[in-house]
Amino acid sequence: MTQTAVPVAAAALTAPRRRRTRGSWTGWGFVGPFMAVFALVFLAPIAYSLWISLFRTQLVGGTTFVGLENYQRALEDPQFWSALGRVTAFLAVQVPVMLGIALLVALALDSGRLYGRDFFRISIFLPYAVPAVVATLMWGFMYGTRFGLVGNINDALGTTLPNPLSPDLVLAAIGNIVTWEFVGYNMLIFYSALRTVPTSLYEAAEIDGAGQWRVITAIKLPAIRGALVVATIFSIIGSFQLFNEPSILQSLAPNAITTYFTPNLYAFSLSFSGQQYNYSATVALIMGVLTMVIAYVVQLRGMRKEA
Amino acid sequence: MTRTTRPARPSAARRSTALRGAAVVGALALTLAACSGGGGSDADPEAAAEEGGELLVWAWDPTVEPIAEAYMEANPDVTIELVNAGTGNDQYTALQNAISAGSGVPDLAQIEYYALPQFAIGESLADLTELGADELEGTYTPGPWNAVQQGEGVYGLPLDSGPMALFYNEELFTQHGIEVPTTWEEYVAAARTLHAADPNAYITADTGDAGLATSLMWQAGGRPFQVEGTDVTVDLADEGSQQYAELWQQLVGEDLVAPISAWSDEWYQGLGNGTIATLVTGAWMPGNFESGVPEGSGKWRVAPMPQWEAGESVTAENGGSAMSVMEASENKALAYDFLEFASAGDGVQIRIDGGGFPATVADLESEEYLGTESEYFGGQKINEVLSQAAADVSEGWQYLPFQVYANSVFNDTVGQAYVSDATIAEGLSAWQEQLVTYGNDQGFTVE
Repeated sequence: MTQTAVPVAAAALTAPRRRRTRGSWTGWGFVGPFMAVFALVFLAPIAYSLWISLFRTQLVGGTTFVGLENYQRALEDPQFWSALGRVTAFLAVQVPVMLGIALLVALALDSGRLYGRDFFRISIFLPYAVPAVVATLMWGFMYGTRFGLVGNINDALGTTLPNPLSPDLVLAAIGNIVTWEFVGYNMLIFYSALRTVPTSLYEAAEIDGAGQWRVITAIKLPAIRGALVVATIFSIIGSFQLFNEPSILQSLAPNAITTYFTPNLYAFSLSFSGQQYNYSATVALIMGVLTMVIAYVVQLRGMRKEA
Repeated sequence: MTRTTRPARPSAARRSTALRGAAVVGALALTLAACSGGGGSDADPEAAAEEGGELLVWAWDPTVEPIAEAYMEANPDVTIELVNAGTGNDQYTALQNAISAGSGVPDLAQIEYYALPQFAIGESLADLTELGADELEGTYTPGPWNAVQQGEGVYGLPLDSGPMALFYNEELFTQHGIEVPTTWEEYVAAARTLHAADPNAYITADTGDAGLATSLMWQAGGRPFQVEGTDVTVDLADEGSQQYAELWQQLVGEDLVAPISAWSDEWYQGLGNGTIATLVTGAWMPGNFESGVPEGSGKWRVAPMPQWEAGESVTAENGGSAMSVMEASENKALAYDFLEFASAGDGVQIRIDGGGFPATVADLESEEYLGTESEYFGGQKINEVLSQAAADVSEGWQYLPFQVYANSVFNDTVGQAYVSDATIAEGLSAWQEQLVTYGNDQGFTVE
């Protein structure tokens, strides 16, 4: 799961209104370098993808303009839909589990009742510091039923655990890796949001005779609503962009992880094995739009009551 | 298992530092050549070598570097820049990109046999017949020579070849009192006996390998891919393909094949510790055994490939690569001169010394080569078996002009038979369907 590098607080903050500055070109001078890089590495590739998605290049016959044919093909492509269905299922199960655990840990840390809180916090966050590629390789070895951890457990206990890399379980196995990687990251978002709650609120609650559970539901959760929404949006984006983990596990489980396992993997295979760059660009664009729409809907719903 | 010689280490673009010294000379020669009117590409290769120039070579095989050095020593006016642009598919992607962009295309590139038609059809490779490649007929064994030909043209010269043989763990066979199988029927029987005797031992390991599957069809006489220009026929239900499907269905269906992917850590371990009893693979394998499976030393032996009919001796090729002159090269004559040196000249011995399996008849038949005793294989003269395998390769096989794609979706289709109730025959028909769709999409006429 590739998390986007948007600063956490950015979405939650609404910029205070400023007076219009004089000499409007001075401002451009400051944002110019950013805009130039932004245009070069963000806008230009998107524009280029849009452009090539309107063509079809064949091994025999060269390039022809086909208009929206690639888009029509994607909408009728069972492989694309199965990939999309798979990441949607992943999103529906893995994200709530991951965010639930992260929230639980953040609340536990914030309760102040843990010994060795700092150690606990760091050790939960640590997996996030492990590069996804390394983490996946590591888990891939553990999942091995012959020489891996699963194999060792089987040998030691005489059990026959199901193979985590079989087609039925591989999505759950990937979910486990992703959860391991990102619980700490989300925990940190929640935890830092919890730290900003003024202690006077807790004191008031105590005076009113509220228990811990009541404090959580009435004060803490509403207070970190913004952080919850942001973490959810990141997780949605990450789920739809699922690529690293299946791509690396593919060499260990080539039959369980097909070339169209996730939309991104599908786009990758189309480009690099099939040389179908045009169609690949189309798939990538459709996924981009879908992700944006869903993230936007979540944001609208999540922020509604806050206004 | 479509690998050539040992799997090249994923080293970053490797430029030979030793080559730099000659750069000045080369640059000078180039300016001279430019003055003299550009030494056209139709020129005589030997004259081109004397005239000198610069060559850019893309290859991942480690033996190409010493060959380039030897060539530059013999032809001081030539400078060769060697780049490792990735192994196999990674390099093809880079190469395809360079061709599309029309810049940065090397003069020569290493290309595996199964990928060669794809580049030849795209008119990215130079036809070497004009440069004298047709005179080399008979120099190479039939398998690789057949593989570099497309229609009337010759689009590369063989670097090595992969005639198949049966590599087996003799210790394991003796321990369980199993005869070394000579036919596929015996092979299946041996698989059952072995696995019954030791549930941790498997006759072989496979998780769906397009290279192995097509090689077995090839040996069985199947010719599922027929290519005539842009007219392509795919018939993965022909007799040979069906024979393969039946055989492998028994092995996979009865769980007689270890579900371990080739080239994984588990695979290397399995070859060493007796989990994997045999490998039916290309003659380039011994080098990989020596470097990757040290604990197997002394245990392994080589036997002829199991046969479909008892008493026959038919083999197929698995893996291996050629080197081709790119159509975009501006100095094809010089490129060809180097290629001939590497493929049929002094380069061959350098490759043999480096552990490669030659494609040249003269070397395969030389007393010295045949008589070499391999320490790893318990002193067996393995080259006798491998050399015979090269001579027995069945002729007339063709790969698809989009085999790279075809192999990439093998696991999506046939691979499902390894992990579900689907059969290999069903998988083959799904594979065929995808190939037909893709081929037609790409402008071929496929049926």
